[in-house]
Amino acid sequence: MLGGAAVLTLLVLVLLAMAFGPPRKVAARRWTHGLGLGLSLPVLGVMLAAGLWVGERVLPRDDGALKIEVHAVQWYWEFTAPGSDGPVMTRDRLILPAGEPVDLVITSEDVIHSFWVPQLGGKMDAIPGRTNRLRLQADAPGVLVGQCAEFCGLGHAVMRFEVEVVDPDDWEDALRATADNGEAEDD
Amino acid sequence: MTDSTAQGLTGTREDAQDEPLTIAANPPQRALGLHRELTKAWANDSGWWGQVTAVNHTTLGLRFMGTALVFFLIGGVLSMLIRAQLATHDGAFLDTELYNQIFTMHGSIMMFLFAIPMLEGLSIYLLPKLLGTRDMAFPRLTALGYWCYLFGGLIMLTALLFGVAPRDGWFMYTPLSSAAHSPGINADVWLLGVTFVEISALAAAVEITVTILRQRAPGMKLTEMPLFAWYILGTSVMMLVGFPPLILASVLLEIERAFGWPFFDVARGGDPLLWQHLFWLFGHPEVYIIFLPAAGVLSTLIPVLCRTQIVGYGAIVASILALVFLSFGLWVHHMFTVGIPHMALAFFSAASLAVAVPTVVQVFAWIGTMWQGRPELKLPMYYILGFFLTFVMGGLTGVMLAVVPFNWQAHDTAFVTAHLHYVLIGGFVFPMLAAAAWWMPQITGRERVRGLGEAAFWVILIGFHGTFFIMHLTGLLGMPRRIDVYTENPEWVWLNLTSSIFGFVMTIGFGLFVLDMALQAFMGQKQRRDPWRAPTLDWAMPLPAPAYTFASIPAPRHLDKEARDVTLPLARGEGLLPGAPRRRREFLVTSLAGARPDHVAILPGNTALPLAVSATIGAFVLLMLAGLYPLTLLPLAGVAALVWLWGRGMVRPVDEAPIPVAPGWQLPEQGLRRRTLGWSGSVCLLVANGTLFASLVFGVGFLAVVAPGWPGPEVQAAGRAALPGVVLAALMPLSGALAVRWAEAGQRRGSAGLVAAGLGLLANAVALGALAWLAAGHMDDPTQHARDALRGVLAGYVALHAFIAAGLGGFALDQTRRGEITPAHGGVLPTWRLWQDYAAVTAPIAAVLAVGLGMST
Repeated sequence: MLGGAAVLTLLVLVLLAMAFGPPRKVAARRWTHGLGLGLSLPVLGVMLAAGLWVGERVLPRDDGALKIEVHAVQWYWEFTAPGSDGPVMTRDRLILPAGEPVDLVITSEDVIHSFWVPQLGGKMDAIPGRTNRLRLQADAPGVLVGQCAEFCGLGHAVMRFEVEVVDPDDWEDALRATADNGEAEDD
Repeated sequence: MTDSTAQGLTGTREDAQDEPLTIAANPPQRALGLHRELTKAWANDSGWWGQVTAVNHTTLGLRFMGTALVFFLIGGVLSMLIRAQLATHDGAFLDTELYNQIFTMHGSIMMFLFAIPMLEGLSIYLLPKLLGTRDMAFPRLTALGYWCYLFGGLIMLTALLFGVAPRDGWFMYTPLSSAAHSPGINADVWLLGVTFVEISALAAAVEITVTILRQRAPGMKLTEMPLFAWYILGTSVMMLVGFPPLILASVLLEIERAFGWPFFDVARGGDPLLWQHLFWLFGHPEVYIIFLPAAGVLSTLIPVLCRTQIVGYGAIVASILALVFLSFGLWVHHMFTVGIPHMALAFFSAASLAVAVPTVVQVFAWIGTMWQGRPELKLPMYYILGFFLTFVMGGLTGVMLAVVPFNWQAHDTAFVTAHLHYVLIGGFVFPMLAAAAWWMPQITGRERVRGLGEAAFWVILIGFHGTFFIMHLTGLLGMPRRIDVYTENPEWVWLNLTSSIFGFVMTIGFGLFVLDMALQAFMGQKQRRDPWRAPTLDWAMPLPAPAYTFASIPAPRHLDKEARDVTLPLARGEGLLPGAPRRRREFLVTSLAGARPDHVAILPGNTALPLAVSATIGAFVLLMLAGLYPLTLLPLAGVAALVWLWGRGMVRPVDEAPIPVAPGWQLPEQGLRRRTLGWSGSVCLLVANGTLFASLVFGVGFLAVVAPGWPGPEVQAAGRAALPGVVLAALMPLSGALAVRWAEAGQRRGSAGLVAAGLGLLANAVALGALAWLAAGHMDDPTQHARDALRGVLAGYVALHAFIAAGLGGFALDQTRRGEITPAHGGVLPTWRLWQDYAAVTAPIAAVLAVGLGMST
């Protein structure tokens, strides 16, 4: 996409540079219809189709994927995952199994926030009164950084969280190790 | 000219549409004598009081642009504070609270106090000169708009000085901007201040539309008018339709904050997404509202600078119309991440991509024009080339953002910051700088100092790209917008530091630009006429432009010539309606499409009334900010009284003798015509008003269907017992409409219509009484649920229009009593009929909605 943009920018610049010179006869339609419509419509059509195709893949589907609840509060994140004996809540730290699709169920306590892990792509707003879903998949174990992407007041810049991607077999252990037992309330 | 043609022209119907207009020339007079006579009628009063009472478009257009430039510089200083803060990752320069205020104000100032007023000022200054008329359609409205803009802007600036400026982002998303999450007056300053300023946008939109449609020089057909006028017509129509949703949203949020009526509060049946829909319903067309006038400047300058004609006039007009239409279909692309069904996203994604097509057509039409001609590398051309480079890149990143998955990634990052500055600075600021270089000789009558302008261009261009090109990368690396520190991402420091340094370079460039303007204004050599050898009428006048613009109005034979060939004949009074022999401000009003002369408009002179009205509105805003709600009734009553005076100011004895316009040819004055400029203005205002009402209906539907928390608590008071009040409020405006028609029939017969006007007044009063009865105990508490709040707003809307209609009825009654309504002159009756009909249509719709809301439980 960036390469295409560079080519198109260059095309315009070259046409501009060629304009400096003696006057010549110009067929109006060749510019307005030929270049104006003939160039833009195919490029835009391809982009629309590609966008829809990729967009469709990141939609949550009912295929029994792991569901984790994401609850945004000014200015921290609560993640609730289903453990084998009841839900486990973690704060500002999301534990994901590597290589498996996960559906995030995103809600907000107060104002609009937005869940975003740049390296996993996708972004979904947390809106009071609504439940949004986002499908993510982290491919390899590691630690990533996520942050609030919708301006939410004084603590917006520091409303960050970590994403720990672990081997699916270690997922539940990692979850329990990070579980928030109400002790970390005052940071 | 034969007698029969003269008859056809004085008859002025569109029947002779296809006949060419042949109008004899007036005998030449001494140009200096005409100049003195016209100046006496058109000049501002002298001294500083003359500035207060000025209503002239040249004065006010320049003042709009000058004030907008000052706000641009203030907004620029704020951006430098932001860049200073972001230069390091732990920026300790500003605290978060102040930082939030500053970036909110930067965006709000640049959008509402710089870009929009700048394009309004340019249009107001230029249109009468370009179209061959002498002033805008409603000079007092121009002045009112200016004062509202100035006072609204000053209120926002004062808030910044006292540290209580808006801090919730220029988009003011709820619930962050709600009373619970944003206590204090910060958010109120935005809602009230911006709405105050928007009065000027609506005023400008109304008068620009009317001026373009009805004041073109005779023979300047709509399909042949200068492209700039087409662009501005598109802009003004978008403003008429685009601003009402924002005004409605601001009013609703202010009511929620001040009185607790829930519209956006989820717990009580509201929905924060309603704000986003209304805001972006305005916000995206806003981008094109800003871009179209800039494109109009390009379409005007490029052919002249290349010594040729524009390529593809028809394709460009079609593109403008397509942009106006499409831009209202893509507001949702600002909301791709709020969780909208994928098929809906696909639709808005397609619309967002499609809107690029008309822009591409224009870009290639401009380049084709440059191929056809021989481009001259003068200062405006520098900025035009800067525009191409910058805007094309901004447009391409915009196309990327229209693709949903990419948008999910880049939304709310520095990538978007980069994109929007490429589009706005490339697509608006560069063309405006070209326009400044182009029209400064006309404004000042002086030549610029050589070299400085080019230096300013290079510094601005380098500073701009140095600041923002790298910001694409910063955004792709994950830096969100609107953060003040990035402690844990030191790897972004060198990117941000680079942006900050070049940001200061750009600021220096703008400093050079301002210096260049100042030197030209105060020290330049005297400029000869028509320095660009332009074809358009704006150069067919002495420099600097005189207050009356044209000593005589251009006739069809003047329209297809170069400006310099018609300057002298027009100055000698060989055109139409020469001089000011009746010692008053006059110009021609022509028909909508074919520009056939219809009548002579007579304008009001200098007055302080616009200042008084906007100062009174300012008092209302300040009392609202102070929370002294009961006291706000005082300025509201004051506004009503002043509007009455305003109307009385238009009343003058009707001169039934026709006015000579050219040899053997006379036109009636406006009082003898039904379709006056004022009537057209009312139609435009009602279009805007209708959009506001449609937005309200959308809000009712959206909350009732989509919002969580419905149905609300059971309806208590507003049950069957309230029905008589609802029926009266719904149907009485309709009775008023019948009364107007009766009054008009009486007027044509010459019988005094006291009874009819009185009945009309009474009908509206009964509607108001019925609404008061409902409010006094037959409506549920509007603070308990959005349903009841919406019903309250619907009732308020009907009450406002019943009040306006009652006022017009009262005005008609007063005019009848004074004998000002005669068989030839209907006075206020046509205007009253328009507003009464509007009330008669909207009241029943509002009533049905209100009743329907009650049944949704």
